[in-house]
Amino acid sequence: MENSAIIQINQLIKRFPIGKGEFTALKGINLNFGTGEFAGLIGPSGSGKTTLLNIIGSLDMPTEGEAIVLGKSISKLSAKESAKLRKESLGFIFQSYNLLQVHTVFENVEFPLLLLDYTTPERKKMVMDALEWVGLTDKVKSKPPQLSGGECQRVAIARAMVKKPSLVLADEPTANLDAANSHNILQTMQNLNRELKTTFIFATHDEKVIGYLKRKIFLKDGLVDHEEWITQ
Amino acid sequence: MKIAFKLAFRNLIGAGLRTWLNVIVLSFSFVVIIWMKGILVGWDHQAKNDMEQWEIGKGQFWHKQYDPYDAFTITDSHASIPSEFKPEIERGKMVPMLFAQGTIYPQGRMQPAMIKGIPASQTLLKIPTHQLDSETDAIPAIIGEVMARSSHLEKGSRVVLRWRDSKGTFDAAEIEIVDVFSTTVPTIDVAQVWINLETMQEKLLLPEQATLFSFANAEENRSTVGDFSLKTKKDLTAEIDAMIKTKNAGQSVFYVILLLLAMLAIFDTQILSIFRRQKEIGTYVALGYTRQQVVALFTVEGAMHAVLAAALAAVYGIPFFIWQAKVGFTVPMDTSEFGMSVAPVMYPIYSMGLILTTTLIVLLTTSVVSYWPARRIAKMNPTEALRGKIQ
Ligand SMILES: Nc1ncnc2c1ncn2[C@@H]1O[C@H](COP(=O)(O)OP(=O)(O)O)[C@@H](O)[C@H]1O
Ligand SMILES: [Mg+2]
Repeated sequence: MENSAIIQINQLIKRFPIGKGEFTALKGINLNFGTGEFAGLIGPSGSGKTTLLNIIGSLDMPTEGEAIVLGKSISKLSAKESAKLRKESLGFIFQSYNLLQVHTVFENVEFPLLLLDYTTPERKKMVMDALEWVGLTDKVKSKPPQLSGGECQRVAIARAMVKKPSLVLADEPTANLDAANSHNILQTMQNLNRELKTTFIFATHDEKVIGYLKRKIFLKDGLVDHEEWITQ
Repeated sequence: MKIAFKLAFRNLIGAGLRTWLNVIVLSFSFVVIIWMKGILVGWDHQAKNDMEQWEIGKGQFWHKQYDPYDAFTITDSHASIPSEFKPEIERGKMVPMLFAQGTIYPQGRMQPAMIKGIPASQTLLKIPTHQLDSETDAIPAIIGEVMARSSHLEKGSRVVLRWRDSKGTFDAAEIEIVDVFSTTVPTIDVAQVWINLETMQEKLLLPEQATLFSFANAEENRSTVGDFSLKTKKDLTAEIDAMIKTKNAGQSVFYVILLLLAMLAIFDTQILSIFRRQKEIGTYVALGYTRQQVVALFTVEGAMHAVLAAALAAVYGIPFFIWQAKVGFTVPMDTSEFGMSVAPVMYPIYSMGLILTTTLIVLLTTSVVSYWPARRIAKMNPTEALRGKIQ
């Protein structure tokens, strides 16, 4: 266990209304994450990985229980406060990259910085650093449609990392990538985790991803089934 | 905010054909509205100008009995020319006129006409009164083209004119049409016969009398003089204002339809793009935008249609406007209905105010129409938007 807990999840329950009834996607999750973890939520489709990740990312609210992220209780945040948490401290990586198609690589990576108070030269330096981390400094002016899937996901990683957030949430980041590209982006993220001490939490059922994780949390039907820690 | 504009601009351009269709329709509305408004302003300006030059000068004095809409008032609408007016008349800065009801008999038919006496020597008004000095054994008279057409008279025609003098006695004489003039001012043309003022005063047994005066200078503090009350240019052109107002109201319906079409297209585009771009909306929220900020982003994007349309309108509109202002526009209308011999050619006048208001109105309506569908974003659940699940 790392020294300082940045996420504490207590008895977290999430129910979704469906038709007249309800569906319970998370049935009482208890988890803590420390700074610098490289952890993954592992489980078959429908086990609740995305739901849990969304709540940690303050994109969704717990129905019952508590999720405290970086000292903030998610269920008590206003829309404005949760937006502030996301823009300052969280990075997201999605399965389908979610890049802005009409913008260049540079502008895509710069985008999160525009919501923060950086000067233009500061932003330029930060974007170029982030592109350096993912090895895309030669594609600054390209637009997403001109890039391969692997390159797109690397732009997305740079976008998530550019502001050096405390926590990056990656939902099935390799689902659309081939093996070589999957390993490439995982190594990139592993390096960033080591160098910047950024906490990474994945949601995945991809064996390639699982191989890189230092902590594996197996979800089953909305509950933590068991955990594995890799110590080196 | 800069990024919002940049993003909006890129997204719009990225949307391709659809954007351009919207922008073309909107720019067309822009150009047509400014042009039509410009024509009206030009028309107003020109009609008042023509009226000033042909009929009223900078204003008139009317005998207090005179009412152009009541023929029965004419008989009593005359008085001696006030001595105060004489210096001005002598300097050619004021034109006295004497009116009477009369009848002409072209080809044996009887046709009522207003006989107007005007000094042949006047140069204040454009009516070619110098022709009234023509040598002929009949009374020289001039008429406008509409009158010429309706009475089948032409230059050189002779016709009997009958009138009643101030004692109530009927008298008649032959007149010769010495000139036919063309004007866009119907009130000096339709059913009007112009003869020399002195002849008129003599025939009516009203020496030194007049019905009204047109004057050249507006600046003096004028007021009622004796039996004659002041009519300013503003009073006298009130009818033109009324006509322009009616025309404007008629055109407004057209503007509304034009704008409505453009707005419908933009509204539709907004709905579609919000539906199609749910993932993008979710991404903005994940990156730290509040949903209100995303609403603003999409509103700016929709409103950008107006900015692009204004730019496009400028590209083809400005040359068109300049060309129109140069060659003018012949108003397609039934000229006889207005008592005009020729359709007037309108030279549109575009004021900065006109262009700015039109731009502002278009920008505002476009913003509202863009905001309307974008409001939905504020109610979206970001996780569902990210999954693209919203129906
Ligand atoms: N908004 C929602 N409304 C209804 N059911 C949902 C919603 N989101 C997720 N679910 C359900 O919750 C369960 C867990 O979903 P999810 O967290 O997406 O699973 P995973 O990411 O592990 O595949 C699934 O059965 C899914 O159908
Ligand atoms: Mg999932």
